[in-house]
Amino acid sequence: MSPTGADYIRQVKQQIDEIDPSEVHGLLGDSVAIVDVRETEEWDQGHVPGAKHVPRGYLESRIEGAVPDRDARIVLYCASGNRSALAAKTLRDELGYARVESMTGGITLWKDRGYEVEVPRRFTAEQRERYSRHFLLPEIGVEGQQKLLDAKVLLLGAGGLGSPTALYLAAAGVGTLGIVDNDVVDLSNLQRQVIHTTDRIGVPKVDSAEESMKAINPDVNVVKYAERLDASNVMRIIEGYDVIVDGLDNFPTRYLLNDASVRLQIPVVSASILGFDGQLSVFKPYDGPCYRCLYPVPPPAELAPSCGANGVLGVLPGTMGLLQATEVVKLIVGAGEPLVGRLLLYEALSATFTELKVRRDPECPVCSREPEDISDEEMGVFPDYEAFCAAAG
Amino acid sequence: MATVKIPPVLRPSTSGEKEVSAGGATVGQVLGSLAEDHPATRSQIFGDGGELNRYVNVYLNDEDVRVLQGLETEVGESDVLVILPAMAGGAIDFVDRQRELRSRASLTSAGCGLPAGH
Repeated sequence: MSPTGADYIRQVKQQIDEIDPSEVHGLLGDSVAIVDVRETEEWDQGHVPGAKHVPRGYLESRIEGAVPDRDARIVLYCASGNRSALAAKTLRDELGYARVESMTGGITLWKDRGYEVEVPRRFTAEQRERYSRHFLLPEIGVEGQQKLLDAKVLLLGAGGLGSPTALYLAAAGVGTLGIVDNDVVDLSNLQRQVIHTTDRIGVPKVDSAEESMKAINPDVNVVKYAERLDASNVMRIIEGYDVIVDGLDNFPTRYLLNDASVRLQIPVVSASILGFDGQLSVFKPYDGPCYRCLYPVPPPAELAPSCGANGVLGVLPGTMGLLQATEVVKLIVGAGEPLVGRLLLYEALSATFTELKVRRDPECPVCSREPEDISDEEMGVFPDYEAFCAAAG
Repeated sequence: MATVKIPPVLRPSTSGEKEVSAGGATVGQVLGSLAEDHPATRSQIFGDGGELNRYVNVYLNDEDVRVLQGLETEVGESDVLVILPAMAGGAIDFVDRQRELRSRASLTSAGCGLPAGH
């Protein structure tokens, strides 16, 4: 005779390992994967802090994304400990996970014991739809999307590099996007600056960019700085941002930005382009090299292409800007290996990428020192500065 | 012969070549051969004393030669040297920016977008 459902669950519980909530509480922060197998509506009411969400109906198809290692210790829980027991049996017997336990009494007992519960941000139905492809990625998911919505990213320039970056970061749901640019849209920009449009020629770029960003995602708060970054405003503008996207076109401002970002310990995702060539790196203060470690002094003006009349393939800032946007998202959600200590070169005509190592310079005039020791007067200054700028002009 | 990758700003000095082959057993010798074949590159790579200009980074495969043995670093036949000066090209229309820089330079003591005094 077939067992009743209740009998079957009892039998399963005898076959699997169970763990008391007090023991699970002691494991928080350790390298144990805690997985909530309830439905989305239940998860939204509150869950164990740091838990991953894999509804039981998607267990077999999504568990590998959440816990790739078959030997990892996994604690499953549900509302009362029944569904998690069944899920534990599946993971162990069918999918070969070696160390699976089910939390006794589920989140109900967890709460009764007075342990903390994390209530995720409530996404609206529209947000659920909009970000659904992110939710499906284990590296981003609901938590990563929350981080994106809470993040503040500053874009230096709404030009070639800034255009694709701003559009995609807005689309990805980065909650606050600052844009620094004091130019107006010009017809010659539109060969590559895809955030602007022909009917907005003559409009300030920050306004034009805001219109496009809001059009693709009204969730985004756009903060406009219609000014040029300089020594008098750099600290005011960049303070409080989580990540800076650097598409600056000249060396003095790049050094200024570097020094200010080291001082405030804000990572900078930096790219530059010329002709068919692009460079990309992430300068994360004190974790990796800074811009001055890579380029301690700028080239003389005749070799400083930003000060000359040089062309650029219209598509190239798109390529490099989107690599920047990708690094920004990775930094915010904490996924993957950021391009810290590495410089990526892209050569479009031969379609080749080259990766070079960049090391911290122990003698670096800026990042070898404590952030509070970097003074206002020395920020952005480099040897032969006056001569450089005189030649550039 | 090692392969030397030429950055965009140096290509006018190598007749537009993006990659050249150059002989030599060390980084210094390979760059020296490059400078012999393409004399205009010499002053851009080397300082007056024959040292590497500080604004030029040179990589043997993926490693900065300054953390190896500098110009004395040995180079094999199949190695690749990458010459890399800083690039700053970004968002701006370069022609317009040059015009803007000129007008700024005439108004302030310092060009390049920084206020006077820096």
